[in-house]
Amino acid sequence: MDGGLSLTRMRASSLSGALIAGIAANAAIILLIGGSLAALLLSATDIDLGSVLADSYIRHVIGFTVWQASLSTLLSVGLGVPVARALARHPSFPGRDLLRAIFALPFLTPVIVAIFGVVAIYGVGGWLNRGLAFLDLPHGFYLYGLKGILIAHVFFNLPLVVTLLLPRFEAVPADSWRLAAQLGMGSWAVFRVIELPLLREAVPNISLLVFLLCFVSFAVVLALGGGPAATTLEVAIYQALRFDFDLGRAVSLALLQLAIGAILVGVSRAFERPMQLMPKLRLTAPRPDATGPVGRAIDIAILVIAGLFVALPLLTVIIEGAIGPIRWMLSSKLLQHSALRSLMIASLASLLCLCLALALAASNRHRPRRRKNRWVAGLQAASIGGLIVSPLALGTGLFLLFRPVVDQPWVGYALVIAMNAIMALPFGLPALSQAMFDAASEDDRLCATLGISGWSRMRLIDWPKLRKPIGLCLGLAFSLALGDLSAIALFGRDDMATLPLLLYQQMGAYRMAEANATAVLLLILSFLSFGAITGIMGRHARR
Amino acid sequence: MLAVEFNAVTFRYEDMLMRFDLAVEVGECMALIGPSGAGKSTLLNLIAGFEEPLSGRIKLLGVDVTGWPPARRPVTMVFQDHNLFAHLTLFDNVALGIDPGLRLKKEDSARVEAALAEVGLVDLGHRKPEQVSGGERQRAALARSLVRNRPLLLLDEPFAALGPKLRREMIDLVNALRRARGLTVLFVSHQPEDARHGADRVAFIQAGQVRRVAPTADFFAEPRPDDVAAYLGEAEG
Repeated sequence: MDGGLSLTRMRASSLSGALIAGIAANAAIILLIGGSLAALLLSATDIDLGSVLADSYIRHVIGFTVWQASLSTLLSVGLGVPVARALARHPSFPGRDLLRAIFALPFLTPVIVAIFGVVAIYGVGGWLNRGLAFLDLPHGFYLYGLKGILIAHVFFNLPLVVTLLLPRFEAVPADSWRLAAQLGMGSWAVFRVIELPLLREAVPNISLLVFLLCFVSFAVVLALGGGPAATTLEVAIYQALRFDFDLGRAVSLALLQLAIGAILVGVSRAFERPMQLMPKLRLTAPRPDATGPVGRAIDIAILVIAGLFVALPLLTVIIEGAIGPIRWMLSSKLLQHSALRSLMIASLASLLCLCLALALAASNRHRPRRRKNRWVAGLQAASIGGLIVSPLALGTGLFLLFRPVVDQPWVGYALVIAMNAIMALPFGLPALSQAMFDAASEDDRLCATLGISGWSRMRLIDWPKLRKPIGLCLGLAFSLALGDLSAIALFGRDDMATLPLLLYQQMGAYRMAEANATAVLLLILSFLSFGAITGIMGRHARR
Repeated sequence: MLAVEFNAVTFRYEDMLMRFDLAVEVGECMALIGPSGAGKSTLLNLIAGFEEPLSGRIKLLGVDVTGWPPARRPVTMVFQDHNLFAHLTLFDNVALGIDPGLRLKKEDSARVEAALAEVGLVDLGHRKPEQVSGGERQRAALARSLVRNRPLLLLDEPFAALGPKLRREMIDLVNALRRARGLTVLFVSHQPEDARHGADRVAFIQAGQVRRVAPTADFFAEPRPDDVAAYLGEAEG
């Protein structure tokens, strides 16, 4: 070790502190996930996988799961690429910031609220059918089934594709555009020489991500599938567990889901490769291919349609909610209690998620120096990858583990909170982990030279840099937990309704006015809490 | 006829109003030097058409090109960085200068190979930019300028990242190409010794104006005017 004796000691102690926290977090996650996996495998010993696969219903479910995920991916990516390209071609126009804000909303929109908005527009009595009827056009558009699932999946994933793709377009250096202008490249040449290679790098990874998300989509399929013909593995697990009380089938479906998911994650890892780009230079240069009137008109049309597609369902929720039952909302005890319960669960789940993420990120911070940690990191990546694969499979495992006590209310709450924290981890951890790693590599040597360590380092150096990513992690986890329907549907009891569960029940009973009030409240709470958390945490970061 | 003629060309960059008057002879090599942010690159961008003037006319080889798009101007420019597309081979990067959609005819391949040979890149055409050195990347950019066959060559500090010896070699190469093909060259440099080594004339630019233009020997001769002395003092130590 370099430096003086006291420095060495201080460094060692802070290191071991971080390491202990990291080991504890890893242990907690491995225990929960490993435990539930072990429970799944143990109870699967008497299940004949061959006969499960021979079951024609299960084969149909697997087929439909893959089919809807493929179509959703095709549509989301196929529409997302032209939208991202249109946004990239016009780096400044009035309304561009608004459009980007609209595309950010689906991330914070609870799934069930978006579904409510989709139903309000495309449902039997929705705006679309009313509009068609008003124009004397055939107006029998029936939402439920594959159509509804696709619309909702595109609502969530089109903005995701645009958000992931746009930075790739923007990372093309300004000099490349000058060069293209100088060489006289037209739209087609720009597409072939600049955009196609960029898409070839980016699109496979993005497609796989979208496919995975649609593959394990739960609430959308549950609410819009409309029956056994349009059921995915996640929903089938839920139904086996909660309605048929067929634990054996739930376990075999969960294992099937995990196996397919693991293969998909493995495939996506194999295809993952870093994008070739020379160092970034944040200059903008006008694109030579964006000046033609036809191209411009097409871009405008694409952007308007995509913007409306994403904004309308949310707008409907707010408009109809604002006109209608606000008074009912304020007087309903059920709604108030559900809201409080949701906020409590989201607060605890997001704090737990932050603690886990901080501990994991802190133990990762010294990654390059410790070879032993590599397999810990590998295990962690695998567990997190596995989580994206199937929340319901995890839930089934937890259900098995805690079966004797799962009827106790506090066990139900604890499981919902833990499951939400873990489900939010794959979204909350990366931002934090990267920021902590960057901070470590930037400041470690300087801090060591100046003897800044431990608490002073946390307070003076790390906290100002990390409060923004911490806020983002907390806000994302809060918003996700607030909108969760999977965990609460699995472990919730009738007297534990959260806002999403209440909304789902109200929609199922066609009490649309009440559902509307719930949807508005949930949407507003989600946006407000995310804005408040990230706003408060990020406030001093700019100084 | 002049290669470049600026008559009271104005341009605004944020708070700074620039006003350029300049005359460049056909076939000469002129260095543009001056402090950072003085407007050297802006001047090149105005010639190449990446920026449009607020007022005034720009004539290239006797033709008023104000408002023309970059591809139509008799100009080719090499940047400090990002001259090549990272995913294309050097050969393809050069070939873009012949056809921006890479639709090559039979005889075009020979032209690309010849240009690569002219800048000293024989047998490197199949490499990607990341597989060659910084100097070789800029040579490839020069080769593309050659196949574009434009009489005006603008260099926006393309050799800034290279060491002194390599920089001199590159300037010698540019001058050899200029003489062989009758090009007019304008180059921006932060290194006064580059100008001393390779330029026929030097234009000194400060605060958005061309302050003085002089043959290289006269420009560096002592005693120097105050502004030039201040700049060179800071640059040469």
